[in-house]
Formats: sequence, structure tokens, C-alpha cells
Amino acid sequence: MPASKDSDAAFALVRATRAFDTVRAVDDVTLSFARGHTSILIGTSGSGKSTLLRLLIGLEWPTAGEVLCDGRPLRRDRLLETRRGVGYVIQEGGLFPHLTVLGNLGLLPRHLGWNAVRVHQQALELAELTHLHPRLLARFPAELSGGQRQRVALMRALMLDPPTLLLDEPLGALDPLVRHGLQEELREIFRRLGKTVIMVTHDMAEAAFFSSRLILMRRGRVQQDGSLEDFRHAPANEFVREFLAAHRNLPDEVA
Amino acid sequence: MKYRLAALLVCTPLALAAQTAGTPTVDRANTPTVVIGSKNFTESLVLGEIARLAARERGIDVQHKRSLGGTRILWEALRHGDIDAYPEYTGTITHELLHGVPPGAGIGALRTRLAKLGIGITDSLGFNDTYAIGMRDKEAANLHIRSIDDLARHPDLKLAFSNEFMNRADGWPGMKRVYHLPQNARGMDHALAYRALASGAIDAIDLYSTDAEIAYYHLRVLKDDRHYFPRYDAVYLYRLDLDRRAPQFVAALNSLVGTIDAGQMRAMNKAVQIGGQDPTVVAARFLGVQAGGGSIDNFWPQLGRYTLEHLALVGISLSLAIIIAVPLGIFSARHRRLGEVVVGLTGILQTVPSLALFVFMIPLFGIGAEPAIAALFLYSLLPIVRNTHAGLCGIEPSLLESAAALGLPSRVRLWRIELPLALRPILAGIKIAAVINVGTATLGALIGAGGYGQPILTGIRLDSIPLIMEGAIPAALLALVMQGMFEGIERALTPRGLRLRAQG
Repeated sequence: MPASKDSDAAFALVRATRAFDTVRAVDDVTLSFARGHTSILIGTSGSGKSTLLRLLIGLEWPTAGEVLCDGRPLRRDRLLETRRGVGYVIQEGGLFPHLTVLGNLGLLPRHLGWNAVRVHQQALELAELTHLHPRLLARFPAELSGGQRQRVALMRALMLDPPTLLLDEPLGALDPLVRHGLQEELREIFRRLGKTVIMVTHDMAEAAFFSSRLILMRRGRVQQDGSLEDFRHAPANEFVREFLAAHRNLPDEVA
Repeated sequence: MKYRLAALLVCTPLALAAQTAGTPTVDRANTPTVVIGSKNFTESLVLGEIARLAARERGIDVQHKRSLGGTRILWEALRHGDIDAYPEYTGTITHELLHGVPPGAGIGALRTRLAKLGIGITDSLGFNDTYAIGMRDKEAANLHIRSIDDLARHPDLKLAFSNEFMNRADGWPGMKRVYHLPQNARGMDHALAYRALASGAIDAIDLYSTDAEIAYYHLRVLKDDRHYFPRYDAVYLYRLDLDRRAPQFVAALNSLVGTIDAGQMRAMNKAVQIGGQDPTVVAARFLGVQAGGGSIDNFWPQLGRYTLEHLALVGISLSLAIIIAVPLGIFSARHRRLGEVVVGLTGILQTVPSLALFVFMIPLFGIGAEPAIAALFLYSLLPIVRNTHAGLCGIEPSLLESAAALGLPSRVRLWRIELPLALRPILAGIKIAAVINVGTATLGALIGAGGYGQPILTGIRLDSIPLIMEGAIPAALLALVMQGMFEGIERALTPRGLRLRAQG
């Protein structure tokens, strides 16, 4: 899929490279992420998928090439606005341990001038969406289970109702049972909200469960961009074949 | 809300300082026109009191800054106008203060040279308090030692000299050369040296020929056959602008010329040093005047005054350090390269010996509380800067990234995320600085800053353990109180969420 500057792309990379000393974490990548769709970045650890995600909100800057947001190059002086239009969730949740759940949720909204009532109302609505018991809003992160922490992280990302969600292995630190349940819930939430979702995972089954658009990366380069069926029937190279073979429990059909 | 943290951090010591600032060491409005200083040994103190009382008899109000430390401190203070006069010895002037004066130059020659520096000198007060070498009389008799020459035959003798004597041009280095002495000497406080000599820990010390202890400890003064030690005629040095500002005071100083012989001086030294009498009383008796009230405080009011002075030193210097060091620590955490330089520089400050740092401040701030506060301030920087830096750098990167990804401006991230998360190490740094500060502040007494160092200094001079304890025990208690206070502040300010994490 060629890069395009059309307004359907929420984010795009044009020949973007991010080099750390001699290693190119992201190497000459051109991609675009369509508005309202869910795309999955998949690959082994060190493949550059997280770095790519971080390039999109200016946590890293390309050493060559360009990152586009809504068709315009990412600019340092508009970074705060860009970031506020994106919900970002990481593996351990990144919750601030010194603040309660409500404190975490309200941090940015309060800075933007919301009053306490409005913050609380939005928090209650999101608690219902993410199936978090409202009683937990007064707790500190250390008092929550891993699954509850990820629900709160998602709520925090959704407080301003941003059009885009970036998730970096959001379920990576959870035990299999919790993880399985949350996968279902998350997919339901994405479907209901209709947001642009870009999610990073290293699990092919999880990737296929969430979306029909998978982007497989290795050593900073995109190996293949397509559906699980494409990967199966027309693997782009030997690595794609091996990567699939390493995952035993892949579904026969995309759900 | 977001400034609450900073306000608390800064205000606690500030409030402490403000409370104590109500009773500063020197009340500017009532500062007397003339200030006389004295060195940290009994004779100088007595001569200072004699000058003060003689001037008082002529109706001049003189403040006496007692026990300011060594020659350097007094001389610098005189040159800078922090004091107007102090008792000195011609040998010291010739060898230490002026350069290129021929040995044995008379007071007239010194007067000419000093006048160029704006300093006046009286004629001899009547006695020569030269350096001498003393041993226990018994041991000297056993070893058949009568003169310094004889020391060369006993290379095993342990010599200990006052730190000033160790380093002066006319002290140990020259004596070792002139008498070809094989021993190595070590430095020791003069008052302590008598004790060490009496106990047999050392065999020979330097002393002043008018010291009261010579008879008391049954010491033998060794003969200076080669006339190595120059004359140390006691005189007063004073600023020449006094001729205009307070001619009566200069007249008072000159009235004392030739009035004190060596026997009288030794008797006065003995009365204070061994008899435990108040220097003011001894000086007044010599002049035949009333000692006058006000100089002798009762125990508790005096302790209260020391405490207030000490708290002012610690509180003000610590508050300034917090105001400067926390932002410096934030800066060094933000700019890694430059930060290393900042942390390195404050580290170098820490390596300057504390007494030296106090003395370095005199040319900039004079004597009194100000230079002590400046020195303590510099000393407090390192623990706070380093802990602030370490605390901020130690925050989990994923948390910093989450804060950035939210779209919070960096100022808000600093106040709402980074400082709260680094609060514990920052407070720990302040606590370390405070405790070190309380101990180091006792040195302030050497440069006229008062505080708990005052009784310690007097105790060392008078060889009085109880007097030393009068300063040492409250200082130790204050350090404990500081520690407890900052632990309380830490408990009160640490968010509950962080305590949970520490437990889990």
C-alpha cells in the first residue's frame, strides 16, 4: 500500500528511519493508517514495532523521512495538541503511583480546565465501558490487579475521547485468563467507539483476533502488510513463513 | 495546589529562620562605634577586655568580639574594617603579617610600614610574650636537657606544636633548621597540648612565655641559646581612621602602653585559665575599675542565646540552599551533560575543608554570622543537588513517557509527576544537609558567628570538658531534632500511593 497524503489517513510514515547509533530501529518505512480502522504492528522483540508507534506521537523523531498526522508533518510546536488527540496505552499501564485512579484519569482534563464533576462523570461512564467497578476510582494503582490497571490505563487514554488509540502491548503483562477476557472486551470497545486503533503485539493469534490488517516487522523493516489469509497463502518471504509456523494455535478463519 | 509541595519544602526552614532572626547576633541599630577583636586564647581575650574597659572609662562604648580564631582571621577582619583593633605581638607582625621587614626591626619601623596599610600600632604594653619550648621538668632533668640544642641528642622525643607554630616562618620549620633537630612534629591545639604533655603522650610543646600553665604543670622552659625566637612585644593594632572617628579610643589604647609586665600578665592568665575567673573581672581588677554588669549570663538564658544563634545559622543557610539547590538539581537532571558539571562543581565545594571554607568567606562577608551562613550554604548544596538529580533521574522511564504522551506540558509534568515521585530522595538530601549543617555550624564561632561553637571554643581554651559539653550536647540534640523533623515532613508529604508501593 503506497503512502498517501489523502485525508483518510490518520497517521502516515514516509520513508521514515529512526537510527540509534548504528542500529536502525525503524528502517525506511512507508505506511499509512486509515481513519476508523484497527491496524496491528506485529513482530519479535527488537523488530522496531514499538519505536514505530512512538514515532507517531513524537516520543521519538525520525532521523530520516517524515511522519504525517492528518496529512501534515508532525511538528514539535504542535506536539501537545497532537498527543491530546491520541490515547496511548503501554504494557504496564504507566499509571502514576502517587495518584488515585481518579487522579490519574483527571490529570490532563483538570489541566485543560475541566471541573471535578465533569471529570467524575466521564470517569463513571468509562468505568461502565471498561467494566471497572466505580468503587475502584478512589484506589491507588498499587491496590489494583494487573487487569484492573490496564482498564484504568485505557480509561485514561479515552478521557478526552480522542480519535486515535495507540496501544503498545496493552495485554502483554497479564496472565492468560485475564488476557483472554480483556481481548474480547477490547475488541468490543474498539468496534463500538469506531476509533483509529494502532496496536503493537508479538502474538499472532492476538493480532489476527483484533484486525484483518497485520503489519509484520523485522529489524526495522516491514516484511508483509496484509491479512492473516494473505500471510498464509502468499507469504512475502521465508521469515513470514517461519513466523507463522512458530505460532501453533492460529485460528482457521478470521473471526 | 501544585505549589503546596514547594511551599512546604521552602517554608519550613524559612519559618525556623524567621523566628530566630528576631534576635540577630549583632543588632545593627545599636552597633557601637568601635569594635575590638581578640584571638582564641586567654591572653588575647584578657588584653581585649582591658582595652574595652579602659575605653569605657573614657566614655566610649566598645564592642568586644571575643575568640575570633587565629592571626589570619583577625588581620583580615582589621584590614576590612570588621573590627577596629586587636592585641597583637611584634614578632607576629614582622614574620607573618608584613613581608620584607628585617628581623629585629623596632616598633618604629613597623609603624611606618603599617601606616601604608592604614593600620596603627601602639608601643609595647610592657611584656615580651615570645615563643618558647617546654618539657615536663622531671623528664628534662632525667635527660639533662636545658636548652633547645639538647633536644637534638634525643631523636625519639615526641614533639607537638600548635598549628600556627607548625606553619609560621618563625615557628617549627625555622627552628628545626637552625637547631638541626631530627624529630618530626605534629600539629595540635595549644590548650590540648598542655594536657597531652602533662599526661606524657608527648614530650615537648611550644608555649608562650607568659602562659599560666608553665608553673601549674611544672614545666621547664628550654633556653633559646641561638636567639632563634624573635621578640614578641605585646601591642595593640588599630585602624588609623580611628584617629578621626574615635580619638578617645586611641588615647585609651596608648594609655595602656608600658603598664603590664610579664609577671602581671602571667598572673592574669593564671586567674582565668586555671582559676576559672571571668576575663572581664580579671581585666577590671587590673585596671582598678568595676567589671560592670551584663557580661555574665545565667546558664539557661545563655543556652537560649546560643540556640537562637545556631538556629539562625542553620535555618537561613539551609533555606537558601534549598531555594538554590533544588532548581539546580532539576536543571542537572534535564541537561545531562551540563548537569554532570553542576554536580561535579558542588562536589568540589564539599572537598574544601570546612574551616578553610569559613575563612575564605571573610574577605567577601567580613566576620560574624554572614560568612558562616555563606559557608554553610555552600556546604549544603551538594547533598540536595545530588539527591534531587538522582531522584529525578531514578524515575521509571515508562512513567515519564506516559506523562509526555498524555500531552501535559513539561512544567506540569515537573510539578505534578516528577517532583512528587522524586520527593523522598530530595527530602533525604535536605535532611542530610541539615544534619551536617548543625555540626559544621559550630565552627562558626571561630569567625564570630556565635552558636553552640562558642562554649565549645571556650571549653577548649579553658580545658573544660563540661563547657565543651555545653555546646556539644545541644548541637547533637539539635541534629537529632532536625532529623526527626524532616522524617516527619517526609511522612506527611509522601503520597499514600507511594507508601503502598514501598510496602508491596
